[in-house]
Amino acid sequence: MNRSMPRTIAFYACVLLIVLIAVFPFYYAIMTSFETGTAIFRPNILPESFSWDNYKAIFTRRGFVRSVANSVFIASITVGAALLLAVTASYALARVSFRGRGLLLMTILGVSMFPQIAVLSGLYELINLLGLYNKPWALVLSYTIFTLPFTVWVLTTFMRDLPMEIEEAAIVDGATPWVIITRVFMPLLWPALVTTGLLAFIGAWNEFLFALTFTISADQRTVPVAIALLSGASQQEIPWGPIMAVSVLVTIPLIVLVRVFQRKIVAGLTAGGVKG
Amino acid sequence: MANITLKAVRKSFGSFEVIKGIDLEIRKGEFMVFVGPSGCGKSTLLRLISGLEEITSGDLMFDDARVNNVIPSERGIAMVFQSYVLYPHMKVYDNLAFGMKLGKRDKSEIDTRVRKAAEMLQIDHLLDRLPRQLSGGQRQRVAIGRAIVRDPRVFLFDEPLSNLDAALRVATRLEIAKPHHDMNDVTMIYVTHDQVEAMTLADRICVLRDGVVEQVGTPAELYEKPNSVFVAGFIGSPKMNFLTGTFADAVGCTTLGIRAEHIDIVDQADATWTGTVVHAEDLGSDHFLFVDIGADEPVVVRRSGKLDTGMLGQVVSLRPQAENLHRFGPDDKPLG
Repeated sequence: MNRSMPRTIAFYACVLLIVLIAVFPFYYAIMTSFETGTAIFRPNILPESFSWDNYKAIFTRRGFVRSVANSVFIASITVGAALLLAVTASYALARVSFRGRGLLLMTILGVSMFPQIAVLSGLYELINLLGLYNKPWALVLSYTIFTLPFTVWVLTTFMRDLPMEIEEAAIVDGATPWVIITRVFMPLLWPALVTTGLLAFIGAWNEFLFALTFTISADQRTVPVAIALLSGASQQEIPWGPIMAVSVLVTIPLIVLVRVFQRKIVAGLTAGGVKG
Repeated sequence: MANITLKAVRKSFGSFEVIKGIDLEIRKGEFMVFVGPSGCGKSTLLRLISGLEEITSGDLMFDDARVNNVIPSERGIAMVFQSYVLYPHMKVYDNLAFGMKLGKRDKSEIDTRVRKAAEMLQIDHLLDRLPRQLSGGQRQRVAIGRAIVRDPRVFLFDEPLSNLDAALRVATRLEIAKPHHDMNDVTMIYVTHDQVEAMTLADRICVLRDGVVEQVGTPAELYEKPNSVFVAGFIGSPKMNFLTGTFADAVGCTTLGIRAEHIDIVDQADATWTGTVVHAEDLGSDHFLFVDIGADEPVVVRRSGKLDTGMLGQVVSLRPQAENLHRFGPDDKPLG
C-alpha cells in the first residue's frame, strides 16, 4: 500500500496523541513520586527536584511489606482457585452435553453483570456466616466469585474450539476426563490460561471495595487499601508523595508478570494437530 | 484377534434413528470395509463398535463377550481418525507412547514397542519432532503407528485417507494394507465412502444405506452379484448402466443393469440397441463411449485401447453380453 505523505503523518500524529493520553497519568505518578514538599503541588511537565525520600518513607512505614505479602497471597490463591474451577467447569460446559447447559452459561454470565456494590451487603453476610471476616480467605472467596464468570466463558470458548477428535483419541488411549483436561487440553489451552490468569491476578491485585469492607485490622489490608489509608503527619495532610511511590511500586509486579508471560502466549499452538 | 458380532444394533440421536437394526458378523483377522453414501450411518456404526457412542439397543459382542458397556480403552481397539488427530504438544515419540503410559506399562516395554512400530512405518527418524513439523503423509503414518503400538484386537479406521491428495492416498493405502498382512490376527474395520478404496482393501465389504445393511460380501461378490439396484449402482466405476421401460421389458424385468465392460460393439445385423456416440472419455489404457440409445441416460460402453476420435457422433450398434445382464424386479431386488 502506497499511502500519501500527509495521511501517514496524520496517522502517526493520532497514534502519538493516544499514547500520550494513555501514558500521561502514569508518567505524572512516577514524576510525583520523586518530588517532595510543595513541589508536588506545582503543575509541571519535567520533575523539579529528585529524591528517593518517598520510597524510603514507604519502607520504614509499619505494615507496608505486610500489605504487599497479603496482596500477593490473595491474588495468587485467587488465580489458582479460579483457574482450577474454571478449567473443570468449562470442560463440562464445552464438552459434556446436559440439559440446561445454555441456561447455566447465561446465569454464570449474569452473575458478573451485578455491580460489586449491589452484592456487597449480601456477601458481607455470607462472609460473616462462614467466619471469614478480617481473614484473607474472605477476599479470596469474593474475588474468585467475581473472576469466575469471565474465566469460565473465555475457557469454554477456547475449549469448544479444540477438535473433538483429540479428545476421542485420548479416550481410546484410555484417558479419564481428568487426564484429558490436565495432559491433553491444558497444554493446548496455555495461551488462554495465561491470559485469563493474568487478568484475574490484576483484578485481585487492584481490587479496593471488598478489600476495604472485609478487613478491619491493619495487618490484614491489601495494598490498595493500605495506599488509601496512608495518613500524613496531620489529619489535614494527604501524603501524595508516598502514595505515588507505593502506586508505582505495586505496579511493577504486574508489569513483570505481563512481560514474563507475554513470551508464553504462543498463538497457534494447536496448529498441526489436526489436518494441515 | 476378535470376532465381532452385532445383533440388532440400533442407535438413535434423540428421536432420529441413525442405525436401524444391524446384524453383522465380522470374522477374526478379517479386513471389513463399511461403505455407503454420506449419511448412511457407516461412521456412526464404527463409533458404536469403538465405544465412543453408546448403543441404544442390541448387542455388540467381541469374542462372545458383550461389550456394550465396556469403555473404549478396555475393548482392545485402536482407532485412526479421519483428521489423523495427533496431540499437537507432544513429540512423535510421546504421541505413540501416550496410551501405554496411561496404561502404566513398563518403560522399557514402551520404548521397544514404540521403536518397533516406528521402524515398521519408517518414521523412526521423526520421533523427536512435533506433529506440526511433519507432512500430511507422515502425520497419517504416526496416527497409524499410534494404533499399532497399542497392539489392539481390532483396528478401526474412520476414512483415514480422505484428507490426503490422490497420490498420497494410493501410497498410504498400501501402508494400511501392510499391517493387515503383517499382523494377520488383527481384525480391521475400515470406513470409507470411496468404493475404490473399499474394493482394493477389503476382504469383505458391507454396503450400508440409511442405517441398514444392503449387502455383505467379498468385493467380487458385490461386483458380480449385487443384490439390489443400490449396490449395483454403488459398486463399480463407471457406474452400472440402468435401463427401464421397453429396454427392461424386453428381458422381462423392471430395471435392467449392465456394466460398461459387458457391452460389445457389433455389426448392425447383431445389434440389440443402436445409438449415437454423444460423448467419449479417453483414459489411455481404455476409453468410455457414451451412447444415446433413446433411454433416460446415455449408455456407457468401456473398450480397451486408445480412443478413435472419429467415433464421436457416429451411430454404433450395441449388444449386451447376455450372461452378464442384471435383472431387477419392481422391488429393486434381483430376479431369479
